[in-house]
Amino acid sequence: MSETLEKPAAAAVLNVVGTRPIRPDGADKVTGRATYGADFNMPGQLVGKILRSPHAHARIVSIDAGKARGLPGVKAVVTAADFPDLASEMHEGGEQASNLRDLSLNVMARGKALYDGHAVAAVAAVSTEVADAALALIKVTYEVLPHVTEVEDAMASGAPLLHAHLFTEGLPAKPASASNIARRHYNERGDIAQAFAAADVVVEQRYTTQAVHQGYIEPHACVAAWAEDGRCEVWSSSQGQFMVRTYCAKVLGREISDIRVTPAEIGGGFGGKTTVYLEPVALALSRASGHPVKMVMSRDEVFRATGPTSGSVMHVKLGATADGTITAAKVELKFQAGAFPGSPVGAACMTALACYDLANFTITGWDVVTNTPKVAAYRAPGAPIVAFAVESAVDELAVKLGMDPIAIREKNAVHNGTKAAYGPTFQNIGYVETLAAIRDSDHYKAPLGRNQGRGLAVGFWFNIGGESTAAVHIGEDGSAVVVTGNPDIGGSRASMAMMAAETLGLPVERVRPMIADTASIGYSMLTGGSRTTFATGMAVVQAAEQVVAELRKRAAKLWETTVEQVEWKGGQARCLDPAKPDKKPLTLEALAAQSGRMGGPISAQVSLNAQGAGPGFGVHLCDVEVDPDTGRVDVVRYTAAQDVGKAIHPAYVEGQVQGGVAQGVGWALNEAYIFDRDGKMENAGFLDYRMPVASDLPMLDTILVEVPNPRHPFGAKGVGEVPIVPPLAAVANAVRAAIGVRMPDLPLSPPVVLAAMDRRQG
Amino acid sequence: MSQLAYVAPSSPEEAATALAATGARPLSGGTDLLVQLRAGRVKPDVIVDLKRVAGAIGIREEAGGYVIGGATSGAVLGEHVGLVRAWPGVVEGANLIGSTQVQGRASLAGNLCNASPAADGVPALIAARATCVIVGPNGRREAPVEAIATGPGQTSLSPGEFILEFRLPPRPARASDAYLRLIPRTEMDIAVAGVGVNLVLDAQGRVAQAHVALGAVAPTALLVAEAGAALVGGRLDEASLAAMEAAARAACRPISDKRGTANYRTRIAGVLARRAALIAFARAGGQL
Repeated sequence: MSETLEKPAAAAVLNVVGTRPIRPDGADKVTGRATYGADFNMPGQLVGKILRSPHAHARIVSIDAGKARGLPGVKAVVTAADFPDLASEMHEGGEQASNLRDLSLNVMARGKALYDGHAVAAVAAVSTEVADAALALIKVTYEVLPHVTEVEDAMASGAPLLHAHLFTEGLPAKPASASNIARRHYNERGDIAQAFAAADVVVEQRYTTQAVHQGYIEPHACVAAWAEDGRCEVWSSSQGQFMVRTYCAKVLGREISDIRVTPAEIGGGFGGKTTVYLEPVALALSRASGHPVKMVMSRDEVFRATGPTSGSVMHVKLGATADGTITAAKVELKFQAGAFPGSPVGAACMTALACYDLANFTITGWDVVTNTPKVAAYRAPGAPIVAFAVESAVDELAVKLGMDPIAIREKNAVHNGTKAAYGPTFQNIGYVETLAAIRDSDHYKAPLGRNQGRGLAVGFWFNIGGESTAAVHIGEDGSAVVVTGNPDIGGSRASMAMMAAETLGLPVERVRPMIADTASIGYSMLTGGSRTTFATGMAVVQAAEQVVAELRKRAAKLWETTVEQVEWKGGQARCLDPAKPDKKPLTLEALAAQSGRMGGPISAQVSLNAQGAGPGFGVHLCDVEVDPDTGRVDVVRYTAAQDVGKAIHPAYVEGQVQGGVAQGVGWALNEAYIFDRDGKMENAGFLDYRMPVASDLPMLDTILVEVPNPRHPFGAKGVGEVPIVPPLAAVANAVRAAIGVRMPDLPLSPPVVLAAMDRRQG
Repeated sequence: MSQLAYVAPSSPEEAATALAATGARPLSGGTDLLVQLRAGRVKPDVIVDLKRVAGAIGIREEAGGYVIGGATSGAVLGEHVGLVRAWPGVVEGANLIGSTQVQGRASLAGNLCNASPAADGVPALIAARATCVIVGPNGRREAPVEAIATGPGQTSLSPGEFILEFRLPPRPARASDAYLRLIPRTEMDIAVAGVGVNLVLDAQGRVAQAHVALGAVAPTALLVAEAGAALVGGRLDEASLAAMEAAARAACRPISDKRGTANYRTRIAGVLARRAALIAFARAGGQL
């Protein structure tokens, strides 16, 4: 079931936006013709492979590649010595800032290996077999060091230090000694001590979550070619070709203009492809060998050396009055960053209480390095983790007060005009409408079966705008090409084509969306932050509007009237000049056919920095059934409501919501990085890293609530990230309802749930 | 660089000769072997494909029982109406191996000889009292299924020996079987515990014979005689079920690993044994 609840608006009649045409990239994807990262090849290319640390923490005493270099068929071996030793420098690349030195050290370890799977050397050879044999011949002498993988262990005094010069930032004074704590985030309002003292009910709980991977189907892959004149070409699958260009240039000490990056089709990213792992290495190998070099990760490498997002330990304390008003909140978050600083704990602090109108709170976040893979962005980075804790706590408060879970959230909800806990004042949000959509749903009223429980949770994500470029070119037959610089990870080709078609008055089938390389379109921030349909879409619409303005100008010239007397409607110029009643409308086709005589090709490009992205809210309702003898949890019904502003292509918006829920359910039930006592990942494959399979999930129902964002031409808000925020808590709250025990530790695997039922029975 | 040879003999004797060579590995469906090859866990010199050996693929009735070629795929087993009617538990175990695509290749002989303690195809075969026809350089021999695996990845087969076919005993009226496993997901996973139960009822609907076999709770799948004995003579009343569950748990010697703790596996083995017994009983026409 899916439905759309539209707020009455004075919007113009739309012919394309809001319909459900077949996606322009669909046929290529279902027939196998789409060219993903590993599908591209160049004549004479070599196979590049990476040697990875088998230790969680070790000093690299020496690397002897002599034997590997001597193996016939080996064309190059590179180590950190082949990359410049960068200074610490922050780079704002999209959703999260990156330290370029850390990025470089993650691409190739220098001096120390910081996690199992950390790259220490790479080879280029004529075949996979030779490359593998060469890796086995590289002799790395390690001095194994004590390691730490758990966040609280890493924070403890006396913990093994990953970085000798890491001093906690964000404290009132610089600490006297180095530690694994990279940063403290802190935000407060009001007086929580007084508020807790006055509260009628207080709930307090420690929560934990485990590191989880984005789990994209396509492993990282690229081909890189370094020409004799220093010009570089990269073909790779990523969330942003401009991001790849910048990072490669920085890591290798090149000019931006030396590098052209062509985006491959992308087989899933979810935030995990907003950085580089292989591309700089492939370029270094290409420079050393004089050949193009292709690199493709195995799934084992993807798990051990890319992603994941943080594991966490969280403390949440809430106080409320007897009527359900939350009067005080205290939130403390400790997030694993992996080998380098930069966990999403900052975003988690900002989103923690974003759904609640609170007078008194403190939020503290700790960004902590551990001997685990450096975390990468994962769909609404940080927000699902903290929402698990906060929404479990609100659920507990509702249980204690005997309140309906929607009623307690409505009572404390943010509205238009509320100053959000993280700073700004909300405008044009659709949160209470989304709560109402779930309250009014059939699901909310449906009875539950035996051993079943129902859980509700809400979630928030900022969504961003940012820098984008789009071009619209009209062909001589009146069809259109829309060019952008944003890889399509969520159906954005469809939405770009539809918004252009709507603006131009063309059928969507006559608009071809293209994603261009870095030399063929202006700069665009990567696809992330749920920004593309909002920001790049805005550029597309403005470019299409410029095309329409040109078309009106040309029609006015033909009709010998002023441009004000020409309107563009239904893909045609219409003459409004009362003095010229005989002028028949001119179609886009007719005007395009005359472009040679009318000033040349019709084309427009717009570069902008989009502001005013509307934040998104989701409300999720989950029914589970718990096997009383085994502790196995089945999700039996799920409904997700979300304020999407305006769904440009409703089916793909629903798909985004369903995809977020599926990932969230996996996170809640079975996914987790498992490390052995030596800090090695034990489950680096899909067999034992248990993402949900299709048969694990029921049909995921969606309700799209449309409270338009006036800053976007059609009212769109970002939709891709919000839906992964509530599911962890929605599932956990449902399990609590089914078995009567609060479940504060993810994942809720069968043994964990069975043990909780045992505790209940004493 | 090492070389990898491939042979596909058509007679059992040729296959045995080829397999006796140093560095030879048998290939049945290949759903384990190819994964192990790609991961570099095995480095054979020659792969001996058994699928073209006469008798290796197919299902036939003989002397009132079924004979299943060792390399017959799970998909073929699942589509055999007579086999499914007589041995639904054997077939459902075989059909739990891998995905739909894997089912087009995965075989019972491969599943047994890969010797994973968690092999889904094995417990129901043991509970069925199936035997293996083994061909080797010294001729043919027959052995019960439970005699093949001796530990994780280890079998009792001598160099050159392979399983040509499985023999299932004749099926009387009022008999059936069932296999259940527990996995955290719903498919594409490795059993935390698995149980096969095979029951034969008498004319009065009481259990005349019962065999219970457990998977993933010991280095090899286990035939638990005490668990079967606990069911004989009754109609799966609570006392006999409880005794059967206790006997099944008492036989468990599992490890704790990333897939489950020893305690959890042991407990689940009992739960699944009870549930599988109830399913087999109902399938055999038993009335509680």
